[in-house]
Amino acid sequence: MIKYVERFGDYVLYVLEQIGWMATLLFKSLYAFAKPPYDLFAVVRQIHFIGARSLYVILVAGGFTGMVLALQFYNTLERFGSIDLLGSATALALVRELGPVMAALMVIGRAGSAMCAEIGIMRISEQIDALECMAIDPYRYLIAPKIIAGIISVPLLTSVFNVIGILGGYLVGVLIFGLSEGAYFDSMYAGVEWNDVEMGLYKSLVFGLILTWIATAKGYFLHLDRRGAYGAEGVSRTTTDAVVLSSITVLFGDYLIGALML
Amino acid sequence: MTQATSGNAVIEVENLVVGYGDRTVLNGITLSVDSGEIRVIMGGSGSGKTTLLRSLLGLKEIASGSIHLLGKKFHYGYPKHMSEVRRQMGVAFQGGALFGSMTVGENIRLPLREHTRLDENTMRIMTRIKLELVNLAGFEDLMPSELSGGMVKRAALARSIILDPKLLFFDEPSAGLDPVTSAELDELILRVRGATRTTIVVVTHELDSALKIADRITVLGKGEVLMTGTVEEIRNSDDSRIQDMLHRRPREEDQDPEDYLRRLTAKRH
Repeated sequence: MIKYVERFGDYVLYVLEQIGWMATLLFKSLYAFAKPPYDLFAVVRQIHFIGARSLYVILVAGGFTGMVLALQFYNTLERFGSIDLLGSATALALVRELGPVMAALMVIGRAGSAMCAEIGIMRISEQIDALECMAIDPYRYLIAPKIIAGIISVPLLTSVFNVIGILGGYLVGVLIFGLSEGAYFDSMYAGVEWNDVEMGLYKSLVFGLILTWIATAKGYFLHLDRRGAYGAEGVSRTTTDAVVLSSITVLFGDYLIGALML
Repeated sequence: MTQATSGNAVIEVENLVVGYGDRTVLNGITLSVDSGEIRVIMGGSGSGKTTLLRSLLGLKEIASGSIHLLGKKFHYGYPKHMSEVRRQMGVAFQGGALFGSMTVGENIRLPLREHTRLDENTMRIMTRIKLELVNLAGFEDLMPSELSGGMVKRAALARSIILDPKLLFFDEPSAGLDPVTSAELDELILRVRGATRTTIVVVTHELDSALKIADRITVLGKGEVLMTGTVEEIRNSDDSRIQDMLHRRPREEDQDPEDYLRRLTAKRH
């Protein structure tokens, strides 16, 4: 019995320790970035990696999400004789919930995993040690540009996701099921308010921070992993952990922000 | 090979104790390296030489004792000192630690870009001077993945000396290289010292290489300094552990039968 209590306590301590490392990483990175000289080019490069290169995935995912939403909503709304609400239902679902969450999940899969693996490999191949020995702050040079780029890119990608999703809904609702174009867009104008857009925006800002933070921190502290992170196996396990943890945190954060803002 | 040293120590380590968790790896190391000297730190696996190097580089927190580099206290509690000293030191890591996303030239220029305000042309010329020095002229635009093992090590050396450091650390220069390339790298280390009078610390387990380049050798064993001396002094030492190392004899471990049985039958915990 005591052994289990010990193990549990040990685990709790480990989790607290990890949270401590992660908080240190975030504060040190943001603090380092706030001091001049500002390396804006590094941020632009990361925006290209996290943002621009995720665009195709976002386009495809956004299009299909909007189409599926319209398909399901059409079917449901038809039963209640209110298919005129299709536009606002699709747009609200996208702007408030699915846009930020789906875009964040797509970026986690595409860029979060890559960032975590890249930094993890830099850690085990002594590249981060090399940076420190060259008196180059890894937080400023390596981590901060990624976090800042995440905060900038994810809201932009979310907006793209929403627009494409609404067009996907239009494709299904108007072009396939024959709903009038006016009804689709009019109900959207009437139904969506600034509050809804604002909520989606806050969500995507937070998600942008969370996903880059978890991905970079997991990779950066790879060597401190209790189970021992060694070589390829360590990197692969840490990357999986990072993807799972950031996906769950995004979903949890989605609920939390939704509950707070409603 | 032995050279008269100038007598002013640039690396001073006193009573250094370093461990991982409950396990003590370095147990009271004291050593000092003089300016312009090539000091080789030798020892077998588990002797603590890598931990000593990591402590000297400020990458491993120390439990007690002190490290002074270039006259400044050098460990975690003194971030300003560390940053100042690190601008005057270069490190060539075992695997090179070149950044895969940059070309060889960009890798070598990185310290210049971060710490100086030189214009692009000057940086390019300085990069090429160092590349010439390590016989890598013309490889500036290649990616690290396109280089061989020996070339990566030479590129790493070029990066570590780009700011003309006062201190140069070299981790296992010969590891993973064929004897010819390894010998070339030894020549290169001597050439770098000849050109810049840099103090060089080389951590290695390669005997031939150590005997060839060292002014003095420090031999570590089980976390302690077994001996520090010139190549001749090391050769003539009557310490059996050093003679074992020189003649590549396997260690004679005194085995306690009771302890052995206890280890075999112990439960996992």
